[in-house]
Amino acid sequence: MNRRLILVGVASAALVAAASATDAAEPIKIGSFLSVTGPASFLGDPEKRTLELYVGKINAAGGVLGRKLELVVYDDGGDANNARTFATRLVESDKVVAVVGGTTTATTMAAIPVLEDAQIPFISLAGGIEIVEPVKPFTFKTPHTDKMACEKIFEDIKKRGLSKVGLVSSTAGFGASMRNQCLKVAPERGIQIVADERYAPGDTDTTPQLNKIKASGAQAIVNADFGQGPAIVTRNVKQLGLDLPLYQSHGVASKSFIDLAGPAAEGVRLPAAAMLVPEQLPDSDPQKKVVLDYKAAYESTQNQPVSTFGGHAYDGLMLLVQAIQKAGTTDGVKVRDALQATKGFVGTGGVVNMSPTDHMGLDLSAFRMLEIRGGAWKLLY
Amino acid sequence: MAELVQLFFAGLTTGAVYALVALGFTLIFQASEVVNFAQGEFVMLGGMVTVFAMKAGLPLPAAALLAVLVAVATGVLLHRLAIEPAKGATVVTLIIVTIGASILIRGLAQIAFDKQFHALPAFTGDEPLRVLGAAILPQSLWVLGGAAAIVFGLWLFMERTLLGKAVRATAANRLAAELVGIDTRLVLALAFAVSAAIGAVGGILVTPITLTSYAVGTLLALKGFAAAMLGGIGNPVGAVAGGLLLGLLEAFAAGRISSTYKDGVAFIVILLVLFVLPRGLFGRRAVERV
Repeated sequence: MNRRLILVGVASAALVAAASATDAAEPIKIGSFLSVTGPASFLGDPEKRTLELYVGKINAAGGVLGRKLELVVYDDGGDANNARTFATRLVESDKVVAVVGGTTTATTMAAIPVLEDAQIPFISLAGGIEIVEPVKPFTFKTPHTDKMACEKIFEDIKKRGLSKVGLVSSTAGFGASMRNQCLKVAPERGIQIVADERYAPGDTDTTPQLNKIKASGAQAIVNADFGQGPAIVTRNVKQLGLDLPLYQSHGVASKSFIDLAGPAAEGVRLPAAAMLVPEQLPDSDPQKKVVLDYKAAYESTQNQPVSTFGGHAYDGLMLLVQAIQKAGTTDGVKVRDALQATKGFVGTGGVVNMSPTDHMGLDLSAFRMLEIRGGAWKLLY
Repeated sequence: MAELVQLFFAGLTTGAVYALVALGFTLIFQASEVVNFAQGEFVMLGGMVTVFAMKAGLPLPAAALLAVLVAVATGVLLHRLAIEPAKGATVVTLIIVTIGASILIRGLAQIAFDKQFHALPAFTGDEPLRVLGAAILPQSLWVLGGAAAIVFGLWLFMERTLLGKAVRATAANRLAAELVGIDTRLVLALAFAVSAAIGAVGGILVTPITLTSYAVGTLLALKGFAAAMLGGIGNPVGAVAGGLLLGLLEAFAAGRISSTYKDGVAFIVILLVLFVLPRGLFGRRAVERV
């Protein structure tokens, strides 16, 4: 079986080589399935815009390996079944050489078996840690994980000399996942979770939960959620007059959180990507130039503010292009090998150092600790 | 003690919104036997129209008035375009019609406004009041006072005005009401208009606390319906009692039992009540109209 695969691989590599030799203009097909519409559209839309923007830029600069890039994008509407169908279509009828996409963890997980079977390198843009743990041979991802957010927060809490944490999280997807990760890494970081309270998505009052946290003797509050929940929690903490440090997750890293939470947001800390505060980075920071360039390119062409999500797509595309250049071919296995050998790649999400056992390649330095001061983000470190 | 007061006010505030939604369900159900699942959308319209009217530069009172008018127009259109043409259809069909209408309204709101969450400034400041050691937002008092005023106004209207009596007559027996010269079509349209206005006012009062988006209506319709069932559907007193009780159940379950299962606790209590009193707490005894 293995031998046959190798034979097929060699044969197809030869075919590709022959094809590119006879027709240098044959484009390199890169596939993508994104949640451009539906509930995750605030993620998928900037991702699509970013991919299209940068494929255009790369082609204008002469393409990759002397060939143009051709982007094939499908909109899965946030539906995992659609994602799987589109992944199959990308493999079987579009015959793409690699896939950069998968807006949510659910759509990514649905597509992984299809792309793994076809041995097509796949760079996911979703946050869930299960995408790369355990490691799958052809699957990579660019965004930070919720586990890293927990670790970064706990690190900061320890720095303040505190150790007892009251956790309050949403019962929905992101909140539930981050809660599990926080509970798991807390003992390793010397943190004691003294209260573990939850609320349902759409809940409009969390004072009962916060009251329990107050009674538990917690020294800091960590809120795992995105959307309107964190704004409610932040307002409720202020209402109850709880004089405890409040931490939010990277899920609230947008200006709308500050607007919604109002004056109550003052002093709230959160881990976030450099994208939120590029101007505040020191000039020595390797990410500064990358993030500022991306921000300028995006905002000047798209007429909307830049987001970390589009940045994930930028990182994914650039990682892939670099790997194809290094491999000197579009053969799936060789591109995969080049991808997992990536060292010192500076993206918008952080500095990426991959290995065969680490298909994300980010460490805690990728997260910055921010504090909200005077209604704006302030970079702490 | 302070903790109990805190939970009590948290429950009352949430419950007051459920009560207003349940009241809207009740009004329309009384007049037409339609269970209107678009009731939550009126609350959404109240909040969202006010937010966007204020962004456009209107002062709060004018924005709020505009929001109520938009909701009332939506309610009347809902009756004219969706409910009336389906006159004589079965209850299930009518419920499906209202669910369809709620999806349509939500979709239009998503396009007309946006998909983000929005807040309104509190009417009289954000500084919490200290009551017996608990911290109460002034806006909570607005919500409670507003809900009480609406309930009282509705009672006056129903008991003391000719039009209100016409609504009650239509509710009691539509054919007989028509025979004594009541324009039941107008009465039904009025029921939808008043329900919409109540929902919209609730939405305006509560948005400074709860925030709003195009999608908040769905959950409110469900909770409000549960509250109406708990109180006994078709009974305004029951609707208010059911709403407040549901809010209190959620708050105390979250604060005293388990925040993970608070909704479960609330619904188990509702199931138990309906098991013992199938018509709800204040429901009339089962009487088949023949």
